[in-house]
Amino acid sequence: MIGLQHYLTISAMLFVLAIAGIIINRKNLILLLMCIELMLLAVNTNFIAFSRHLGDETGQVFVFFILTVAAAEAAIGLAILVVLFRNRRSIAVQELDTLKG
Amino acid sequence: MSFEKFLFYVFAAFLVLAAVMVITRKNPVHSALFLVLAFFNSAGLWMLAEAEFLAIALVLVYVGAVMVLFLFVVMMLDVDVEAAKRGLTRYAPLGIGLALVMAIELINVIWLRKAVEDDVVGFAATPEGYNNTKALGSVLYTEHVYAFEIAAVILLLAIIAAITLTMRKRPGLKVQNIAKQVAVRAKDRIRVVKMDAEKKQ
Repeated sequence: MIGLQHYLTISAMLFVLAIAGIIINRKNLILLLMCIELMLLAVNTNFIAFSRHLGDETGQVFVFFILTVAAAEAAIGLAILVVLFRNRRSIAVQELDTLKG
Repeated sequence: MSFEKFLFYVFAAFLVLAAVMVITRKNPVHSALFLVLAFFNSAGLWMLAEAEFLAIALVLVYVGAVMVLFLFVVMMLDVDVEAAKRGLTRYAPLGIGLALVMAIELINVIWLRKAVEDDVVGFAATPEGYNNTKALGSVLYTEHVYAFEIAAVILLLAIIAAITLTMRKRPGLKVQNIAKQVAVRAKDRIRVVKMDAEKKQ
Protein backbone atom coordinates (compact mmCIF):
# COMPACT_ATOMS: atom_id res chain seq x y z
CA MET A 1 0.00 0.00 0.00
CA ILE A 2 1.47 3.32 -1.05
CA GLY A 3 0.93 5.83 1.73
CA LEU A 4 2.01 9.13 3.12
CA GLN A 5 5.41 7.82 4.20
CA HIS A 6 6.38 6.80 0.68
CA TYR A 7 5.62 10.24 -0.69
CA LEU A 8 7.39 11.97 2.20
CA THR A 9 10.43 9.75 1.65
CA ILE A 10 10.65 10.52 -2.04
CA SER A 11 10.28 14.24 -1.45
CA ALA A 12 12.87 14.14 1.35
CA MET A 13 15.30 12.47 -1.05
CA LEU A 14 14.55 15.09 -3.69
CA PHE A 15 15.07 17.94 -1.23
CA VAL A 16 18.34 16.51 0.05
CA LEU A 17 19.60 16.00 -3.51
CA ALA A 18 18.77 19.62 -4.25
CA ILE A 19 20.77 20.79 -1.22
CA ALA A 20 23.70 18.63 -2.31
CA GLY A 21 23.36 20.15 -5.78
CA ILE A 22 23.54 23.67 -4.38
CA ILE A 23 26.74 22.84 -2.54
CA ILE A 24 28.34 20.98 -5.44
CA ASN A 25 27.38 23.44 -8.19
CA ARG A 26 27.79 26.61 -6.20
CA LYS A 27 29.74 28.27 -9.02
CA ASN A 28 27.03 28.02 -11.64
CA LEU A 29 24.09 30.37 -11.17
CA ILE A 30 21.84 28.53 -13.63
CA LEU A 31 22.31 25.24 -11.81
CA LEU A 32 21.60 26.96 -8.50
CA LEU A 33 18.27 28.14 -9.90
CA MET A 34 17.51 24.62 -11.13
CA CYS A 35 18.28 23.20 -7.68
CA ILE A 36 15.87 25.70 -6.15
CA GLU A 37 13.23 24.46 -8.60
CA LEU A 38 13.94 20.89 -7.45
CA MET A 39 13.51 21.95 -3.82
CA LEU A 40 10.18 23.58 -4.60
CA LEU A 41 9.12 20.39 -6.35
CA ALA A 42 9.93 18.40 -3.20
CA VAL A 43 7.91 20.83 -1.08
CA ASN A 44 5.00 20.62 -3.50
CA THR A 45 5.08 16.83 -3.38
CA ASN A 46 4.89 17.04 0.41
CA PHE A 47 1.89 19.35 0.20
CA ILE A 48 0.10 17.04 -2.21
CA ALA A 49 0.82 13.94 -0.12
CA PHE A 50 -0.55 15.59 3.02
CA SER A 51 -3.53 16.99 1.12
CA ARG A 52 -4.37 13.48 -0.07
CA HIS A 53 -3.72 12.00 3.35
CA LEU A 54 -6.00 14.46 5.16
CA GLY A 55 -8.60 14.61 2.38
CA ASP A 56 -8.37 18.41 2.34
CA GLU A 57 -7.87 20.39 -0.87
CA THR A 58 -6.23 23.37 0.87
CA GLY A 59 -2.83 21.75 0.45
CA GLN A 60 -3.36 21.59 -3.29
CA VAL A 61 -4.35 25.25 -3.32
CA PHE A 62 -1.01 25.96 -1.68
CA VAL A 63 0.76 24.01 -4.41
CA PHE A 64 -1.09 26.08 -6.97
CA PHE A 65 0.23 29.30 -5.45
CA ILE A 66 3.74 27.90 -5.03
CA LEU A 67 3.74 27.03 -8.73
CA THR A 68 2.67 30.59 -9.56
CA VAL A 69 5.31 32.21 -7.39
CA ALA A 70 7.99 29.79 -8.59
CA ALA A 71 7.21 30.61 -12.21
CA ALA A 72 7.46 34.34 -11.43
CA GLU A 73 10.69 33.75 -9.54
CA ALA A 74 12.21 31.77 -12.40
CA ALA A 75 11.24 34.45 -14.93
CA ILE A 76 12.72 37.30 -12.88
CA GLY A 77 15.79 35.27 -11.89
CA LEU A 78 16.56 34.42 -15.49
CA ALA A 79 15.99 38.05 -16.51
CA ILE A 80 18.51 39.15 -13.88
CA LEU A 81 20.89 36.48 -15.19
CA VAL A 82 20.55 37.77 -18.76
CA VAL A 83 21.21 41.37 -17.66
CA LEU A 84 24.17 40.21 -15.60
CA PHE A 85 25.63 38.33 -18.55
CA ARG A 86 25.10 41.35 -20.80
CA ASN A 87 27.00 43.61 -18.42
CA ARG A 88 29.80 41.30 -17.24
CA ARG A 89 30.03 38.74 -20.09
CA SER A 90 30.11 36.06 -17.38
CA ILE A 91 27.79 34.52 -14.81
CA ALA A 92 30.48 32.89 -12.67
CA VAL A 93 29.56 33.38 -9.04
CA GLN A 94 33.14 34.05 -7.91
CA GLU A 95 33.40 37.06 -10.21
CA LEU A 96 30.32 38.73 -8.75
CA ASP A 97 32.20 40.60 -6.03
CA THR A 98 31.39 44.20 -6.90
CA LEU A 99 29.39 44.64 -3.70
CA LYS A 100 32.06 43.29 -1.37
CA GLY A 101 31.70 45.00 1.97
CA MET B 1 2.81 -6.01 -5.87
CA SER B 2 -0.10 -4.09 -7.30
CA PHE B 3 0.23 -2.16 -10.53
CA GLU B 4 -0.17 1.15 -8.69
CA LYS B 5 2.70 0.32 -6.38
CA PHE B 6 4.83 -0.70 -9.33
CA LEU B 7 4.06 2.61 -11.07
CA PHE B 8 4.93 4.53 -7.92
CA TYR B 9 8.33 2.89 -7.68
CA VAL B 10 9.05 3.41 -11.38
CA PHE B 11 8.21 7.11 -11.15
CA ALA B 12 10.13 7.47 -7.88
CA ALA B 13 13.21 5.73 -9.26
CA PHE B 14 13.27 7.88 -12.39
CA LEU B 15 12.65 11.01 -10.31
CA VAL B 16 15.63 10.35 -8.05
CA LEU B 17 17.78 9.33 -11.00
CA ALA B 18 16.86 12.51 -12.88
CA ALA B 19 17.57 14.64 -9.80
CA VAL B 20 21.01 13.04 -9.42
CA MET B 21 21.73 13.70 -13.09
CA VAL B 22 20.59 17.34 -12.73
CA ILE B 23 23.12 18.04 -10.00
CA THR B 24 26.02 16.07 -11.47
CA ARG B 25 26.00 16.98 -15.17
CA LYS B 26 28.57 19.58 -16.17
CA ASN B 27 26.65 20.81 -19.17
CA PRO B 28 23.73 23.04 -18.09
CA VAL B 29 21.72 21.99 -21.15
CA HIS B 30 21.84 18.36 -20.00
CA SER B 31 20.89 19.47 -16.49
CA ALA B 32 17.88 21.35 -17.80
CA LEU B 33 16.74 18.35 -19.85
CA PHE B 34 17.06 16.04 -16.85
CA LEU B 35 15.10 18.57 -14.81
CA VAL B 36 12.35 18.22 -17.40
CA LEU B 37 12.45 14.45 -16.80
CA ALA B 38 12.26 15.05 -13.05
CA PHE B 39 9.21 17.30 -13.44
CA PHE B 40 7.54 14.79 -15.69
CA ASN B 41 8.02 11.88 -13.26
CA SER B 42 6.91 14.09 -10.42
CA ALA B 43 3.73 14.82 -12.34
CA GLY B 44 3.24 11.06 -12.57
CA LEU B 45 3.56 10.76 -8.80
CA TRP B 46 1.06 13.57 -8.29
CA MET B 47 -1.30 11.81 -10.66
CA LEU B 48 -1.00 8.65 -8.54
CA ALA B 49 -1.90 10.77 -5.49
CA GLU B 50 -5.05 11.79 -7.39
CA ALA B 51 -4.01 15.41 -7.76
CA GLU B 52 -4.76 15.33 -11.47
CA PHE B 53 -5.24 19.04 -12.05
CA LEU B 54 -1.89 19.97 -10.49
CA ALA B 55 -0.12 17.13 -12.29
CA ILE B 56 -1.28 18.46 -15.65
CA ALA B 57 -0.55 22.04 -14.56
CA LEU B 58 2.98 20.99 -13.63
CA VAL B 59 3.57 19.50 -17.07
CA LEU B 60 2.03 22.46 -18.89
CA VAL B 61 3.50 25.27 -16.80
CA TYR B 62 6.87 23.80 -15.88
CA VAL B 63 7.82 21.55 -18.75
CA GLY B 64 6.03 23.73 -21.27
CA ALA B 65 6.99 27.20 -20.10
CA VAL B 66 9.53 27.48 -17.30
CA MET B 67 11.92 24.81 -18.54
CA VAL B 68 11.77 26.11 -22.08
CA LEU B 69 12.69 29.51 -20.66
CA PHE B 70 15.56 27.88 -18.79
CA LEU B 71 16.80 26.11 -21.91
CA PHE B 72 16.46 29.32 -23.91
CA VAL B 73 18.56 31.28 -21.40
CA VAL B 74 21.13 28.48 -21.02
CA MET B 75 21.63 28.30 -24.77
CA MET B 76 21.61 32.07 -25.22
CA LEU B 77 24.16 32.78 -22.49
CA ASP B 78 26.87 30.57 -24.04
CA VAL B 79 28.29 29.45 -20.69
CA ASP B 80 31.89 28.34 -20.71
CA VAL B 81 31.50 24.64 -19.88
CA GLU B 82 35.23 24.06 -19.53
CA ALA B 83 35.59 26.83 -16.97
CA ALA B 84 32.68 25.45 -14.96
CA LYS B 85 34.42 22.10 -14.69
CA ARG B 86 37.46 23.49 -12.87
CA GLY B 87 37.50 23.07 -9.10
CA LEU B 88 33.97 21.77 -9.07
CA THR B 89 34.56 18.67 -7.02
CA ARG B 90 36.30 20.36 -4.10
CA TYR B 91 33.06 20.76 -2.17
CA ALA B 92 31.51 17.53 -3.47
CA PRO B 93 32.43 15.41 -0.39
CA LEU B 94 30.91 18.05 1.89
CA GLY B 95 27.74 18.16 -0.19
CA ILE B 96 27.37 14.40 -0.38
CA GLY B 97 28.09 13.98 3.33
CA LEU B 98 25.58 16.65 4.31
CA ALA B 99 22.99 15.14 1.97
CA LEU B 100 23.51 11.66 3.41
CA VAL B 101 23.18 12.86 7.01
CA MET B 102 20.05 14.85 6.21
CA ALA B 103 18.52 12.00 4.19
CA ILE B 104 19.11 9.47 6.99
CA GLU B 105 17.63 11.81 9.58
CA LEU B 106 14.59 12.73 7.52
CA ILE B 107 13.80 9.18 6.46
CA ASN B 108 14.18 7.92 10.02
CA VAL B 109 11.74 10.54 11.25
CA ILE B 110 9.28 9.76 8.47
CA TRP B 111 9.31 5.99 9.12
CA LEU B 112 9.25 6.35 12.91
CA ARG B 113 5.51 5.85 12.90
CA LYS B 114 5.83 2.54 11.13
CA ALA B 115 8.24 1.38 13.83
CA VAL B 116 5.68 2.31 16.47
CA GLU B 117 2.52 1.07 14.77
CA ASP B 118 4.08 -1.56 12.54
CA ASP B 119 1.84 -0.50 9.68
CA VAL B 120 2.02 1.86 6.71
CA VAL B 121 -0.99 4.13 6.47
CA GLY B 122 -2.34 3.97 2.96
CA PHE B 123 -4.37 6.81 1.50
CA ALA B 124 -8.08 6.60 2.21
CA ALA B 125 -10.22 5.99 -0.87
CA THR B 126 -11.74 9.12 -2.36
CA PRO B 127 -15.54 9.33 -2.20
CA GLU B 128 -17.64 8.19 -5.13
CA GLY B 129 -17.79 10.70 -7.96
CA TYR B 130 -14.89 12.75 -6.61
CA ASN B 131 -13.58 15.28 -9.10
CA ASN B 132 -10.23 16.77 -8.21
CA THR B 133 -10.48 19.75 -10.56
CA LYS B 134 -13.98 20.57 -9.36
CA ALA B 135 -13.02 20.23 -5.69
CA LEU B 136 -9.93 22.41 -6.18
CA GLY B 137 -11.89 25.04 -8.06
CA SER B 138 -14.63 25.16 -5.46
CA VAL B 139 -12.17 26.09 -2.71
CA LEU B 140 -9.89 28.20 -4.90
CA TYR B 141 -12.60 30.58 -6.08
CA THR B 142 -14.39 30.87 -2.74
CA GLU B 143 -12.16 30.61 0.32
CA HIS B 144 -8.92 31.57 -1.40
CA VAL B 145 -10.17 34.05 -3.94
CA TYR B 146 -8.10 36.96 -2.58
CA ALA B 147 -4.95 34.86 -2.68
CA PHE B 148 -5.90 33.91 -6.23
CA GLU B 149 -6.13 37.58 -7.20
CA ILE B 150 -2.81 38.32 -5.52
CA ALA B 151 -1.31 35.48 -7.57
CA ALA B 152 -2.55 37.22 -10.69
CA VAL B 153 -0.90 40.46 -9.55
CA ILE B 154 2.34 38.58 -8.84
CA LEU B 155 2.34 37.20 -12.37
CA LEU B 156 1.72 40.67 -13.80
CA LEU B 157 4.57 41.98 -11.65
CA ALA B 158 6.84 39.23 -12.94
CA ILE B 159 5.99 40.11 -16.54
CA ILE B 160 6.71 43.81 -15.96
CA ALA B 161 9.88 43.12 -13.99
CA ALA B 162 11.29 40.67 -16.53
CA ILE B 163 10.56 42.99 -19.46
CA THR B 164 11.92 46.14 -17.82
CA LEU B 165 15.05 44.29 -16.69
CA THR B 166 15.92 42.93 -20.10
CA MET B 167 14.78 45.83 -22.28
CA ARG B 168 17.62 47.99 -23.49
CA LYS B 169 18.11 50.93 -25.80
CA ARG B 170 20.87 50.32 -28.26
CA PRO B 171 22.53 53.46 -29.65
CA GLY B 172 22.48 54.05 -33.38
CA LEU B 173 19.40 51.93 -33.95
CA LYS B 174 16.97 53.24 -36.58
CA VAL B 175 13.48 52.94 -35.15
CA GLN B 176 10.16 54.60 -35.85
CA ASN B 177 8.67 56.96 -33.29
CA ILE B 178 5.00 56.19 -33.72
CA ALA B 179 3.78 59.04 -31.49
CA LYS B 180 5.78 61.55 -33.47
CA GLN B 181 4.51 60.13 -36.75
CA VAL B 182 0.92 60.29 -35.66
CA ALA B 183 1.23 63.79 -34.23
CA VAL B 184 2.63 65.29 -37.43
CA ARG B 185 0.45 67.84 -39.30
CA ALA B 186 0.47 68.60 -43.01
CA LYS B 187 1.38 72.26 -42.46
CA ASP B 188 4.61 71.24 -40.73
CA ARG B 189 5.75 69.30 -43.75
CA ILE B 190 4.42 71.16 -46.82
CA ARG B 191 4.82 74.82 -47.58
CA VAL B 192 2.35 76.11 -50.17
CA VAL B 193 3.92 78.84 -52.25
CA LYS B 194 1.79 81.28 -54.23
CA MET B 195 3.21 82.37 -57.58
CA ASP B 196 2.02 83.38 -61.00
CA ALA B 197 1.78 80.77 -63.66
CA GLU B 198 4.62 80.84 -66.15
CA LYS B 199 3.57 81.86 -69.65
CA LYS B 200 4.81 80.09 -72.73
CA GLN B 201 6.98 82.36 -74.87
